Amino acid sequence: MKNALDPPLAATPPDVLPRRRPGFAGVLALGAWLLAGLSLVAYLAAAWNPDLLARYAPIYLSGLWTTIQLVAISFVAGALISVPVALGRGSKGFVQRDLSTAYVVLFRGTPFIAQLFLIYYGFGQFRDFFETIGLWGFFREPWYCAIFALALNTAAYQAEILRGAVASVPKGQWEGAKSLGLSRLTTLRKVILPQAAIVALRPYTNEVILMVKASAIVAIITVYDLLGETRRAYSRTFDFQTYIWAAILYLLIVELLRHATNFAERRLTRHLRR
Amino acid sequence: MTLLKTLVLAGTALAFAAGAASAQDTDAGKDWSTVVIGTEGAYPPFNFLDASGQLQGFDVDVAKALCEQMKVTCTFVTQDWDGMIPALQNGNFDALIASMSITPEREEQIAFTDKYYQTPPAIAVPKDSDIAEPTAAALDGKVIGAQTATTHLQAAESLFPDAEVRPYPTAEEYKLDIDSGRVDAVVDDVVVLSEWLKSDAGACCKLLGTLPADSAIYGKGIGIGLRKGDEKLRTMFNEAIQAIRANGKYKEVQDKYFDFDVYGS
Repeated sequence: MKNALDPPLAATPPDVLPRRRPGFAGVLALGAWLLAGLSLVAYLAAAWNPDLLARYAPIYLSGLWTTIQLVAISFVAGALISVPVALGRGSKGFVQRDLSTAYVVLFRGTPFIAQLFLIYYGFGQFRDFFETIGLWGFFREPWYCAIFALALNTAAYQAEILRGAVASVPKGQWEGAKSLGLSRLTTLRKVILPQAAIVALRPYTNEVILMVKASAIVAIITVYDLLGETRRAYSRTFDFQTYIWAAILYLLIVELLRHATNFAERRLTRHLRR
Repeated sequence: MTLLKTLVLAGTALAFAAGAASAQDTDAGKDWSTVVIGTEGAYPPFNFLDASGQLQGFDVDVAKALCEQMKVTCTFVTQDWDGMIPALQNGNFDALIASMSITPEREEQIAFTDKYYQTPPAIAVPKDSDIAEPTAAALDGKVIGAQTATTHLQAAESLFPDAEVRPYPTAEEYKLDIDSGRVDAVVDDVVVLSEWLKSDAGACCKLLGTLPADSAIYGKGIGIGLRKGDEKLRTMFNEAIQAIRANGKYKEVQDKYFDFDVYGS
């Protein structure tokens, strides 16, 4: 078994690998990407339209802001929900274990679009019930339904990341901490979670990236995020560059996340560097 | 491969792409004995899928009558509304018969035949609504539902600037939401709304009135969308529309669905 104290692969500086000349396939692949990039730049230069930009840039920015808010709020809410679920998954009590397993299976095993549709339009059919229990004010708003559905969905994935990461820390760490007289909570906070965080970091980033893109589905319940606004702009102009601008903005978000992850990883693994 | 070669290749590909885009496409030599027709299938009574999954509706029956008139074999495909124009341009189908208004923006992308019908937009509200009339003042602060990427959505936004207009993927979803009380009113074609209000699903609501069809938004009525350059096919469709208007076939199809003149003036 691999010891979690071994430095993770990404912590190895890439420049110790021997440099090789790229092979034929590599050059071909690189050429194809270069070509695609150049064509894109050429297309955007040819299709440059200041009127379009002036008219739709503010709309894109508001869509971008919607996407960021949606993902940030749902991710944090999902993280909170994921803690009891992850604990339940690792629990010995089988009521907790079966309930949280059912939750994870249900939300990971069904498409997000179906979950969202059922939560929004499905719950809408039971307005009287929700009014009686005083929750209609919440479920009547598309924005709250979007956050609710996205948080429940991501919680199932996050619970699995969390459980796996905590389980990856060797048992000896718990035992060692106990022998030093540390409480369970202190052990978790000071010993286990810092090591689990190294394992969990990349999967968490993956989950955020997937959420950034999955959040576009909320357009079916009339919440217009970046992609929703793009579709609206496209339906007015029928100009494909509306989608290219959206792609560039999504790429920027993902690149920012990637760099933030690299930074966080360097910080988390600084004790492993020699 | 050297960088130079890559650049030359890139240049060639670009030139090719540019050439393809600007080429004057014409269908003069094309044999239109079969035509693929694209429609949405979610816009009753104009086009919808019946219980057995068959396409039905006024658009579909008009299309069949036109094909019969032109003596061509037609096949139908369904396509989501948002992607209708790109799908036509990509050649997934040859003619778009899906209750699409002939608007200036769309005419920049595709060609249209003459109109085959023209009905005004309208607004519906729940039966117990406090909205008394279809005016901007009465809808101030209300929530209006309409289908995304449609002329009706644009009309709702321009006629009721102080209302919140929510874009739904198809007509089915805004119907669910006016029923559950999330939206205060919906805007769509008067025929679509009337048909729905007549059905059990529409028992919640009533028609508040028709709306002025601003020609800047609605253009010249509902036409058949074709790729630019398919002039021969356009002529064939225009002649067929005139022919079925003249020989009574159009009225026959119309009477199957409506008790008034949908062709408009």
